[in-house]
Amino acid sequence: MTINIQHRDPNQIMKLSRLGCFHQSKLSFLRSFIREFKDWEFKNEIFDLDKEGYGTAVYSVSNKERTYSLVCFANKLDDAERSDRVIATKWDAAFVIHDGLPSKDDIERLRENVPKQEVGRCSFKELALSRANRSVRVFNHVIDSLSNGIQPNKKLLTEVGYLYRTTAVYGSGKFGLADRYRIKDRPEINGPFRIEMMLVYLVRQFTFDQVNHIAHKKSPNQSVKLDLELSRQLGIGNSTGLGMAPFIINHPALLHQWIYAREEALKQIREIKNVSNDDFEMFKKLLELSKKNVNNWNTNSEFQNIKIAQLKEDIQKFEENYLCNMKVDKEYFWDELYKWVEENLTHEGVEYIVSLMMEPYDNIISLLVPQMSSDEDKYFDIPANRTTDELKSSIEKSYPNIIEMDFSIDKSNENFWYISKNKEEPRLASRFEEPGAELEQPLAIARDIKELHDRLSSYNNEKLSKFLQENTDLRHIVRRCYIVEKLPYAEIQDNSIGSELMPIDMLRLKLSFFGAQKFDPRSDKWLRICMYQGAPLMHEINKSNDTWIYN
Amino acid sequence: MQSSSEINTVSKRAARAAGYSWGIAEEVGKCISSIEMFGIRGVENLNNYFKTIKDIKPEGPKQIEENNKLNDKSLCPIYTGLKLIDDYKSVDKIKTLKFIKLDYPLLLLPFINKLSYLIGKRIQVTIDEINAECNLNTCILADHKIKSLIIKKANTVIITILENEDNFSSKTWNELYEISTETFVEETEQSKQTGAGAGLQDND
Repeated sequence: MTINIQHRDPNQIMKLSRLGCFHQSKLSFLRSFIREFKDWEFKNEIFDLDKEGYGTAVYSVSNKERTYSLVCFANKLDDAERSDRVIATKWDAAFVIHDGLPSKDDIERLRENVPKQEVGRCSFKELALSRANRSVRVFNHVIDSLSNGIQPNKKLLTEVGYLYRTTAVYGSGKFGLADRYRIKDRPEINGPFRIEMMLVYLVRQFTFDQVNHIAHKKSPNQSVKLDLELSRQLGIGNSTGLGMAPFIINHPALLHQWIYAREEALKQIREIKNVSNDDFEMFKKLLELSKKNVNNWNTNSEFQNIKIAQLKEDIQKFEENYLCNMKVDKEYFWDELYKWVEENLTHEGVEYIVSLMMEPYDNIISLLVPQMSSDEDKYFDIPANRTTDELKSSIEKSYPNIIEMDFSIDKSNENFWYISKNKEEPRLASRFEEPGAELEQPLAIARDIKELHDRLSSYNNEKLSKFLQENTDLRHIVRRCYIVEKLPYAEIQDNSIGSELMPIDMLRLKLSFFGAQKFDPRSDKWLRICMYQGAPLMHEINKSNDTWIYN
Repeated sequence: MQSSSEINTVSKRAARAAGYSWGIAEEVGKCISSIEMFGIRGVENLNNYFKTIKDIKPEGPKQIEENNKLNDKSLCPIYTGLKLIDDYKSVDKIKTLKFIKLDYPLLLLPFINKLSYLIGKRIQVTIDEINAECNLNTCILADHKIKSLIIKKANTVIITILENEDNFSSKTWNELYEISTETFVEETEQSKQTGAGAGLQDND
């Protein structure tokens, strides 16, 4: 007997309260980056820093056919000027990924532009741009310790988790960078955000080389290098604000591909008839190891602390009430386990276990990762020859909860999304208290779907082209309906402007696919995370094990 | 140099600011970045067009017909372009369409290119004295001078749907085919028996 497991219902999974409980997994982009590039050659090409660590460095990543380079510019920054906010104009270091090895002229051109970030210009030869600030708490302590010949305080390093924090990573055509279409056919970047993941990974190596260099210059005879095991336990921090939230609404086809990959992996795993003991043992071992990450998850956010407590409780409940009695001799073991988890744990626990269930299955995940990119243009055209009745039925099928929402009340319309004039970044504001609602971005999907559904009721099976001509203000939302018809996980099935909106749920969704850990909300609109903590170092990447994230 | 993505984003936002809905602005962004890739001055034409419509409400045709015009003003290339792609089935039936007085006609080209893709046929476009041909959204063929032009208004734009026909005579085709057969191996009795998968008779 075989069983046919259905994908989980988009109307349950695509709720923000559920998406905001997603965790990193084997599908995450920083893990797939390491798997893809582990056999490439990583090299430090230029390391021209002064005794205080300011100057230029270049790292290359090559195989026989291609080279990518990270160009780093480290500059002096007064403490008073250091800010993670997007409105900052100076940073401790600025970075760019160059396509190939940069010439001297390239480096000079980049030196003029990269430290300026948004107000500088890159060219089609550059693929990603970023900047980062030192963690004041850790950086000086590490330099002082190493220059005195001792290793820094492990507890402090574990608590913070990084030496530098990036405050933005830009790609795909921003500020003159190469458009995605120029490089999309390269097999090594056939996965989302590969270049951005490469940038962050190489920046991490730069931070280690920089502290070792400064400590050595400060005390050439006494200094020691940062211990390799301590280095491995450091990642790169990231401060992320609202800029990420509209991305997942503005890229519906891409969002679908990410969620679909996760749902398809879960489906295939639940359909495994005979689970091997080795696979189950691996699951149990990684569950045990992963508890270290949960226990080291520190935040002052009450919102997040409640979720962490839920997760800890869920893991304990799972181990004590279910796992301890389980053997894999039952057919469809994973399916039964999943059903128990869904019935007995909170969303935090369910999604945590779903991520862990993927770990033993390279064969399933390796086929799904290349499908996690998408060409939004393929879904752009509206089939205007269809009818209004067809569209109405399609909405009723795709958005059953949204069309029941009541947008006549203020709290359903509490917020609006806009783009700030000074930094051209997305912001969220109260519609009833702040100016600018007339310049609202088209991100109120649920409200507009509801409006579209209402207006379609007055049409009697007419051509959609007629409807579009008479309702030009709803053209953007008609387009989305046809995308969701084909791609059911393309839409967040929630109100993105209601009073109960938690924008950090949207950030966590995206960052979990990046592979981020230690979500640390600083408000409901921005958070800090850590990437690559536990990852292999540059010189050992080719020997790395894919489960490094649990080390 | 501005990237294609920047051209798309800025054109989209500018279209919204010029009074078009977000859904239409999205189409404008795609169209302008696409004709810029063909080397046609989409950004210049769009910028100039938006300056001219500050105080007027742009309009397109209500229906697509053989002859299309507005009584009291010129046609908007954006609304006209959208109407063409939304009604592409009707356009394919009409075959030849004329538009009288159309503002900034080069802005119509990316829509016609998209139309060509939707219909699956090449489309010839005549903008007064200038000829262009749109080919299934993959290229636009035109006089080289089109790349430097900013055209404020066309008196007449004619678009003609070209039927899918060969561009060459059957005689030429046969000659070329004969040459191509020189890559084939002559058949023998043995190759008939053993060289292919199925039997000589498969009446089972």
